[in-house]
Amino acid sequence: MIPLPTIAFYLLATTTILAGLAVVFARNPVHSVLFLITAFFSGAGLFVLMGAEFLAMLLIVVYVGAVAVLFLFVVMMLDVDFTQLREGFSRYLPIGGAVAGLLTIEMIIVATTVASQGAASGATAPNASGGTDVTNAEAIGRVLYTDYVYFFQAAGLVLLVAMIGAIVLTLRHKPGVKRQNIAAQNARTPATGMTIVDIKPGEGISE
Amino acid sequence: MTLADLNLVRPELILAIGALVLLLVGAFRGKGGALFDGLCMLVLLVAGAAAVTGGHGRAFAGGVVVDNLSTFAKVAIYAASAIAIPLGGTWLRKRGDDKFEFPVLILLAALGMGMMASAGDLISLYVGIELSSLALYVLAAFRRDDAKSSEAGLKYFVLGALSSGLLLYGASLIYGFAGSTHFDVIAASIQGGQAHTGVLFGLVFLICGLAFKVSAAPFHMWTPDVYEGAPTPVVGFFAGAPKIAAMLLLARVLSEGFGAAIGQWQQVIVIVALLSVFVGAFAGLAQKNLKRLWAYSSIANIGYALLGLAAGGEAGIQAMLLFMVLYLVDVTGFFACLSALQRNGKPMETIEDMAGLVRQQPGIALAMTAFALSALGLPPFSGFFAKYFVFKAALGGDLVWPAVLGLLGSVVAAVYYLRLLKVMWFDAPTGEVEAPPVTAKTVAIVAALFSFPVALFALGWLEQAALAAAAAFG
Repeated sequence: MIPLPTIAFYLLATTTILAGLAVVFARNPVHSVLFLITAFFSGAGLFVLMGAEFLAMLLIVVYVGAVAVLFLFVVMMLDVDFTQLREGFSRYLPIGGAVAGLLTIEMIIVATTVASQGAASGATAPNASGGTDVTNAEAIGRVLYTDYVYFFQAAGLVLLVAMIGAIVLTLRHKPGVKRQNIAAQNARTPATGMTIVDIKPGEGISE
Repeated sequence: MTLADLNLVRPELILAIGALVLLLVGAFRGKGGALFDGLCMLVLLVAGAAAVTGGHGRAFAGGVVVDNLSTFAKVAIYAASAIAIPLGGTWLRKRGDDKFEFPVLILLAALGMGMMASAGDLISLYVGIELSSLALYVLAAFRRDDAKSSEAGLKYFVLGALSSGLLLYGASLIYGFAGSTHFDVIAASIQGGQAHTGVLFGLVFLICGLAFKVSAAPFHMWTPDVYEGAPTPVVGFFAGAPKIAAMLLLARVLSEGFGAAIGQWQQVIVIVALLSVFVGAFAGLAQKNLKRLWAYSSIANIGYALLGLAAGGEAGIQAMLLFMVLYLVDVTGFFACLSALQRNGKPMETIEDMAGLVRQQPGIALAMTAFALSALGLPPFSGFFAKYFVFKAALGGDLVWPAVLGLLGSVVAAVYYLRLLKVMWFDAPTGEVEAPPVTAKTVAIVAALFSFPVALFALGWLEQAALAAAAAFG
């Protein structure tokens, strides 16, 4: 009898690879993004199998929740002609294939070296569970606001700078833009918002 | 984290909180102004004072290192940023492009550069670089309606992102093979000079990424375009403070993290240094635009600073620090001159524009002469002493041939500095030059006076300060 985790692994791994291929080969870009989300989900499942549930959560929240949705918006809002983008496919196939092949070979070499000899001395992957019965979400929580608070806050400042930059470079104050003024709306009374005009028959209103 | 940790990062805290408060003030007022600029400068000065008076040590589990070296660099960086604020402010106001975000972005860039100066970990290294770079990208594109400024910002952003990618790849390899992001643990993993190939591979990528940030050849291609398009006072800022921060970071990574593997990285740094010197010298010959010319000049000058660094040891780092500080004053002064000059409402940016300047604006022309002669390395200007220390360190570190080649490069570069002087002093003026703004003129003249003769007197003290800073590596 095959153990349950093994079945789950092969199921999730196959789904990831198939979804990844579908991202590249799907004709409709919206389908590509949807397959990308599938790939992220099965990747998250693989993380759970490895005992890295925090990473799995992060993958869903960040990649599915933000990045993939952003892709979807870009694909739907921008008028990009994807068939035109694909025209160069056969022309760039040799060089693209060469790069992909090189990367594959490199990955295989690295994986086999590490598998046979291990990384350099002292290089041990941090234990997913922190050595004791601490879950890895808890382990991250213990250092995030203590040892790593400086990096964490600095990363926050980086995001702030990105936001300031986006506003500085794109916000334009246009004169004559009509904005809703709720206080003014609420302050309207029949006396200020309405005039009663006595129209004589056959004359109409003149402004 | 303890209160002692927070105490050590006081300058950063002051800058961060100051920037946030001023951002809010600016957002509610909706505009900047001279007073707002003054407040931002005040924050930088207070942060500088906090850096000088603060204690030394390590904080946040080794992520932050505060020592003489970081204090030395922080004072220089904050001072350069404080000067950039009024220079840029008046320049932008004159063109109707001023926004309150400008000084706030300079504050945040200075914060990032200060973090780079006291990084003790690959994470703080990267976060510091990103914080300062991101602010600099926006500053380059600050005149968004100007096509060249937007182009400069976009080019800087795309190529900067590429260099960050290289740097991160290197950092991930180092982490993977050395087992830690802390410089001291990395150093422990390569005891005896036998570093794992993976670590060295990562180090090369890290050096490439940092070389990009200091615009050393062969990673210099963004420099001329960005310098040409970005607002002139911003270029003066680009050429000074961020380079000191990145050079210091390079020095710290190499000597604190990879000191034992000096045999492996020394040759890389020497090659990058000599390439920079020659690219800067030869490509500069063909330039007509002064901003582009000074971009190549800065590439060549970074080459000399790297040569000092390659010499290794205390003397090498001391030479690099002295060189960078003296260069910082020169380059700030030169771009202050350039930002002050206008003829018929158009900025004077080419060498021909400078024709006969000495008869129209003798003060600015004399200052520019001092900067050109200093960049040339003519005694008794400060540039001479800067180069003298670098070559002395290179000879002391058995880098005789690189030193000779470096000298040759500086002879070639002399041609373009002398051509500028010739046009400025002996050609006939082509039109009336507008009166320069007081801020820029003051900065230019003070910097020129520093270049000669103040540097002669300050050198003894600067040398001691740089030596004390370099001794932090032990």
